[in-house]
Amino acid sequence: MFEELMKPQTIDMILKGIRETLYMTLFSTLLGYVFGLPMGVLLTISDEGGLWPHKLLYKVLDVIVNIVRSIPFLILLIVLIPFTRFVTGKGYGPTATVVSLTVAAIPFIARVVESSLKEVDAGVIEAAKSMGAGTFRIVWKVLLVEARTSLIVNATIVVGTILGYSAMAGTVGGGGLGDIAVRYGYYRYEVGIMIVTVVLLVLLVQIFQTIGMLIARRLDRRRTGTGAAE
Amino acid sequence: MSDIIVENLSKTFLSKDGTVEALKNVNLEIHSGDIYGIIGMSGAGKSTLVRCLNYLEVPTEGRVLIDGKPLSSFSEKELRAERQSIGMIFQHFNLLMQKSVEANVCFPMQIKGKSRADARKRAAELLELVGLSEKRKSYPAQLSGGQKQRVAIARALAMDPKILLCDEATSALDPQTTVQILELLKEINQKYGITIVIITHQMSVVRAICSHVAILKDGEVAETGLVSDIFAHPKTQVAKELLRNDVGNDVQMKAPDGAKTKDKIQHGEIIRIVFSENSAFEPVIANMMLTFQEPVNILKADTKNVGGVAKGEMILQFRKHSQKKEEMKQYLLDRGLAVGEAPEYV
Repeated sequence: MFEELMKPQTIDMILKGIRETLYMTLFSTLLGYVFGLPMGVLLTISDEGGLWPHKLLYKVLDVIVNIVRSIPFLILLIVLIPFTRFVTGKGYGPTATVVSLTVAAIPFIARVVESSLKEVDAGVIEAAKSMGAGTFRIVWKVLLVEARTSLIVNATIVVGTILGYSAMAGTVGGGGLGDIAVRYGYYRYEVGIMIVTVVLLVLLVQIFQTIGMLIARRLDRRRTGTGAAE
Repeated sequence: MSDIIVENLSKTFLSKDGTVEALKNVNLEIHSGDIYGIIGMSGAGKSTLVRCLNYLEVPTEGRVLIDGKPLSSFSEKELRAERQSIGMIFQHFNLLMQKSVEANVCFPMQIKGKSRADARKRAAELLELVGLSEKRKSYPAQLSGGQKQRVAIARALAMDPKILLCDEATSALDPQTTVQILELLKEINQKYGITIVIITHQMSVVRAICSHVAILKDGEVAETGLVSDIFAHPKTQVAKELLRNDVGNDVQMKAPDGAKTKDKIQHGEIIRIVFSENSAFEPVIANMMLTFQEPVNILKADTKNVGGVAKGEMILQFRKHSQKKEEMKQYLLDRGLAVGEAPEYV
């Protein structure tokens, strides 16, 4: 069952799959944060008791996030094909998948950013206010800095989830390792190739998780140990 | 000239169960350079009141004037500028946990637009003032409660405020640290002439450093005046109650002109007597003085009524060269009191 694996073209295919998966995951996470982070900040500050309460804005964002989050990713992927084609000119392949992954990532990211920022001690925000800091400065210098560790931990979770989604996109020809697993493992019963791709996916998640946690811990100053001092 | 005037201030909160009147028609006059205590029990509205002084809470009715200017007349931007001249410290310090001590002190100066170099220089001076120079590069998590509050004080002073608001600033600290922080606040008040408003539920804090006090009960001012007057003649029930609770955790401040007072106390031998047995049925000290026809000085009396029996201690001082002091000690021992030394008073 493994002889197919040893062929150079198979190895090339798997390497390409890794590249595509990384490309899709990281690029859509990045794009997701470009839109999701501000959205999460807005959700945090516009909520009741926030820095800049705005009932209507919060409600609108909240509903949008909930709608997109409740659509199963596979359905979203198919629903978005016309939009994807409009943006990238193609309905399939890694770049097309980035579009739908980003759309799925934005509300997810907004939610986790909101939960991280809401963990920031209200007292610290009040102290900043008492010093005459404006809303923008408090968001930039207090909320995002104080929530740094939690934001990074959550970003790690986001990357893992997007990686899983990208593999799911394989079922509709999205490219990447998931695509290979579906095409060879599911349609052609090449169990060997399927196992290899699955193992690679697990490894990737593991690597991202480890790196994310390492960075989070290195940046956290709330520990009393020596590691926190520079 | 007054620094802070509070006029007919009321604050009502809307909650799910209806409205809550946190403050009702509060009037206060806090003069420039005062250390003004606002005391009350939990839920009396102290914290709301202090937040009205820098408009972190906007009053429902009434005005707050700082140097004659009503805060309500300020735009959002002007208000932020005004807040920079009103420092604030908190019960739980509220430091930036991800920033170093130095960065915390620099933070308000950055808001003000000071250059990084100037801010650092000033931060070094302020950390020196609060005695934390060597902790410049530490992070708040590495500091003790008292040290954190010192950082918070340095941070509040970084804005060169004319007013410093202290919201239960010593409530999370142990008695000794409380004393140190209060001494620092007093020093700041004297050195820079900063008006200090202290919110507390501890009478001992008011007694230690405040010149004036307002007693708050259920959102209303029950009594205001000089601390010495209120201690001597509490007029209202709540004042008496607060004074009654003011036992045990005495805040031992350094005497302002230490030596002189100490000389006075050092006259005769000082003893500690401890009430442990049934000694409350007769007025022991008064009877002793009548019996021996010689006065003693009561330096401290800290007794509590536990089930009709006095428990606690007193610090007594005999006359210099008292001939009768051994007899008097025996008199006390005979009446079931423990008599010992009081080394901290010598």
